[in-house]
Amino acid sequence: VIALATKGPPIDWAGLSPLVALIGGSLVVLLVGLLSSRMVRERVVPALTIVSLGATLGLTIWQWHDKKSIISGALRVDDLALVLCLIFLAAGLAAVLLSLRAAAPEQSGHGEYHALLLSAIAGMLALVEAQNLVSLFLGLELLSISLYVLCASELRRERSLESGLKYLVIGSVGSATLLYGLALIYGATGSTDFSGIAAALKGDVVSDPLLLTGIALVSAGLAFKSSAAPFHQWTPDVYEGAPTPITAFMAVATKAAAFGIFLRLFDIALIDASLNWAPLLAAIATITIIVGNVGALGQSSLKRLLAWSGVAQAGYLLAGVVVATTLGVEATVYYLAVYTAMNVAAFAVVVARERETGLGDDISALSGIGASRPWLAWPMTIAMLSLAGIPATAGFVGKFYLIDATVDGGYTWLGVMIVIGSMISLGYYLRVVAAMWMPPRGAPEAQAGARPAIAGGSPEADAQRDVPATAVAVVFGAASLFFGIIPSPLFHLAQDAGRSLGLL
Amino acid sequence: MPLSILIWWPLAFALVGALAGRRWASRVVLGGSLIALGLAVYYLFAFDPHDKGLQFVTDETWISALGIHYKLGLDGLNLFLVALAALLFAAAIAAANLREWERPQLFYFQLGLAESAVLGAFCAQDLALFVVFFDLMLIPFYFLIGAWGGPNRVPATMKLVIYTLVGSLLMLAGAIATGVLATGQSHITFVLSELQQLPLSKGSQEWIFLFFAAAFLVKMPAFPLHGWMPDGYRAMPLPVLAVFSGVLSKVAAYGFLRIVLPIYPDAAVHFQTLLLLIALASILYGSIMAFTVRDARLVVGYSSVAQLGFITLGIFALNPQGAQGALLQMLNHGLVTAALFFIIAVLARRAGGSEDIRDMGGIAFRAPVLAALFLIVALATLAMPGSANFVGEFYILLGVFNSKLAIAIVAFTGVVLASVYVLRVFIRTMHNRVGPKVESREISLRDGAVVAPLVLVILALAVYPQLPLGRSEAAAKASVKTAQNVAHPPERPGLVGPPTQQGAPQGTIPPEQQAPPPDQSGAAPQGQTGGQVQVQP
Repeated sequence: VIALATKGPPIDWAGLSPLVALIGGSLVVLLVGLLSSRMVRERVVPALTIVSLGATLGLTIWQWHDKKSIISGALRVDDLALVLCLIFLAAGLAAVLLSLRAAAPEQSGHGEYHALLLSAIAGMLALVEAQNLVSLFLGLELLSISLYVLCASELRRERSLESGLKYLVIGSVGSATLLYGLALIYGATGSTDFSGIAAALKGDVVSDPLLLTGIALVSAGLAFKSSAAPFHQWTPDVYEGAPTPITAFMAVATKAAAFGIFLRLFDIALIDASLNWAPLLAAIATITIIVGNVGALGQSSLKRLLAWSGVAQAGYLLAGVVVATTLGVEATVYYLAVYTAMNVAAFAVVVARERETGLGDDISALSGIGASRPWLAWPMTIAMLSLAGIPATAGFVGKFYLIDATVDGGYTWLGVMIVIGSMISLGYYLRVVAAMWMPPRGAPEAQAGARPAIAGGSPEADAQRDVPATAVAVVFGAASLFFGIIPSPLFHLAQDAGRSLGLL
Repeated sequence: MPLSILIWWPLAFALVGALAGRRWASRVVLGGSLIALGLAVYYLFAFDPHDKGLQFVTDETWISALGIHYKLGLDGLNLFLVALAALLFAAAIAAANLREWERPQLFYFQLGLAESAVLGAFCAQDLALFVVFFDLMLIPFYFLIGAWGGPNRVPATMKLVIYTLVGSLLMLAGAIATGVLATGQSHITFVLSELQQLPLSKGSQEWIFLFFAAAFLVKMPAFPLHGWMPDGYRAMPLPVLAVFSGVLSKVAAYGFLRIVLPIYPDAAVHFQTLLLLIALASILYGSIMAFTVRDARLVVGYSSVAQLGFITLGIFALNPQGAQGALLQMLNHGLVTAALFFIIAVLARRAGGSEDIRDMGGIAFRAPVLAALFLIVALATLAMPGSANFVGEFYILLGVFNSKLAIAIVAFTGVVLASVYVLRVFIRTMHNRVGPKVESREISLRDGAVVAPLVLVILALAVYPQLPLGRSEAAAKASVKTAQNVAHPPERPGLVGPPTQQGAPQGTIPPEQQAPPPDQSGAAPQGQTGGQVQVQP
């Protein structure tokens, strides 16, 4: 009798398989990390993590074009989720490769570090597959809690601990706000299912103050997660303090996850209330674009600079959510993919230079590398030009797509805001390029491996050329260039994702 | 032969050069640019002057989701500008070959990339593709100036790039808005010929026009938007400056004719006076600055502001004479500016490295050939009757006379001012007392090999300006036709009355456009031009 009463819903294991692969991989990695052999910890654990990511990739591709709801409609496997999953996997793979010689896994334990990374990805996947408010929150917390710990994983560095703590406190506020908002939306519509909410909004619930408050709180909560202004203040501090591979991962994957759920929640569940939330999100997008770009102008720390630039980019992405059309979804997804390529390339260069120079993530660590380290300088240059939206890079096509979507959706002024933001952004992206290629004449180059021991600043410095980090930089830099010249493969993915939502 | 070959040729050679190593990079890229020049000359002769449409068209879909086509083509508007770009790049790369550069592979790679981007911008027949090339061509210059420039190069580069990209990004927004708003519910397109057929509301046209004008006026540069010019010009290496000033500003002026007038005709008419006043201000301000500054580069720089003012004036006369004059003047200005910069490089080497005209003087004494070359270029610059510049300015002023008399009268002073600043530079450098560090010697063969071809082309154009005028006539007319029809709706066939004095030139033109006698349009350019001159009151 008890067995019958607790009988679970039918589970489509095929649809669930990417998630299972991630969680299973996470457990295996955690256990293997307990072995005492140093070789196993340093080599086998990352290898197993990569295997787990690879398996997930295979399963994701297997599920392609299969639109289905699984676990009684708690999750939905469709092309949007799968495309975003590819982004998480790319970011995760990059993070593992960048962590190979980092201090963080050494100090916190390789098993734990990699297991948390995998569980964060699992959380992201669950989040973007979410089809009701509860699974949304579960996914969000799984990813957030893993990341709180990962930020603090460089145990012996105060800044890392500070970063983790700060992220925990502010992230919890964000989660609480979000949860409260979700509860209010449930209260107003009487349903936790996205489809139920959408159906309820066809009635006269739309102008219910309860719903409006709920939407406002949910917007604020998700803005915390996606670091949109005015909820972005944690971003530079957390990004700067966290171990750089984790920063890279957070910057792209968390953002992709947050925007995935933005798209699902606002453009599907709350679509009929769009008259209420669109002006709000448009305002947030505008503020974010301005604040992020202006904030980045004076930064000399590359990680802080990229953090502020990430804030600004969140503003561009929000513009794609605001218009709530298929074109908007496509543009957002495309830009997320492109954003991943260019940001990972930039962070990989930062990681490599941190280890080579001992100057940490200061912009001076890049001084003159155009001549001395072209394999790092070119990816960084492409990444910066791409972030700035220069033609022949993927960032240009991405911005083109977003502006196209905004004008098409009747938000021409938001398109102009994106352009104005890009103008301000030239001020800092080009400064980085100038540092690499145009060092003051006669100045000593900040240089490769010359004096790491006395440099002091960074414990990461060991003066060896970092092959995996360089490889990551080159691959993602090349992708930023490739998709600027031949964007159609990514367009097809974005269009699949856009169609799977079934908007206008 | 597809145009893509011409466009990508320099970049392909630049890549090969970058891989070829330090010693060979310069020669490989020079070879590439010479072959590109050969191709451009081939197009000049293969071009069929009787065909009014686009020739050598390539049309592929580049990004179907965004409706962006890779469409290239040549017509009377860009045919000679492509040749000009190829010529100046070849000359600049040859001039760069005369000295050593740090990291030569990268230097020549950037020059090759720049050439490809500029040729692409001239050939593009798709609005989005044009924007791509227009923005792209700035990037190599950012590196060329920032890494190989003179004193204060990094701030100067920043200023230049931010100024110009601000304009270009506004243009990007405007271009996307054009595509989306013009096509409405149907499938989006950016192909220029299709956009011309699609009406765009007057309100949209106006703000989009301002965005485009900002991009082009910054690039030129025109008077209130020239803030990047002095620092930028001082910082650029001279061969780079020659192409930057000679070619890039023309892309902007060409953009007005290719894109702005045909696609935003209502706005062009609406803002005609504003643009004419900006042009006038550029002419006066540029001329006055050109005879007060002492840096020889800046004299040429400010004179370019004035000359580009003339070109803008011609374009916004919104009639065929003005447009044709502007086109011819673009060609002339590109040739003389580049030649002037190469000569400045030669002069500076004889004046102990200084480019200040006070340090020069008396250089002509032992250098008659150099002095003669300089004199020809100088006289062409001040639009001496007999030079092609004279013809160009004449057409421009004729066009403005027909549309805005008052502005034309003021603009005439610009012609006088030009002779003041050009002769000042010539006298101060070549004649006068010999400067303290000046060492007068003849132009070397290698320098001569760079300057002489440009001077020859200047002379050839002076003798036979009909060649570009004849081939560009149909395209220039087509470019201004819509705007002209907006400004002066063509008279209905039944209502032929005696045209007023003011309206006379315009009144006579529409019938000519609608049914041009086939034998007259290109075959007898001289007769045609003569006919237009007679129209003048």
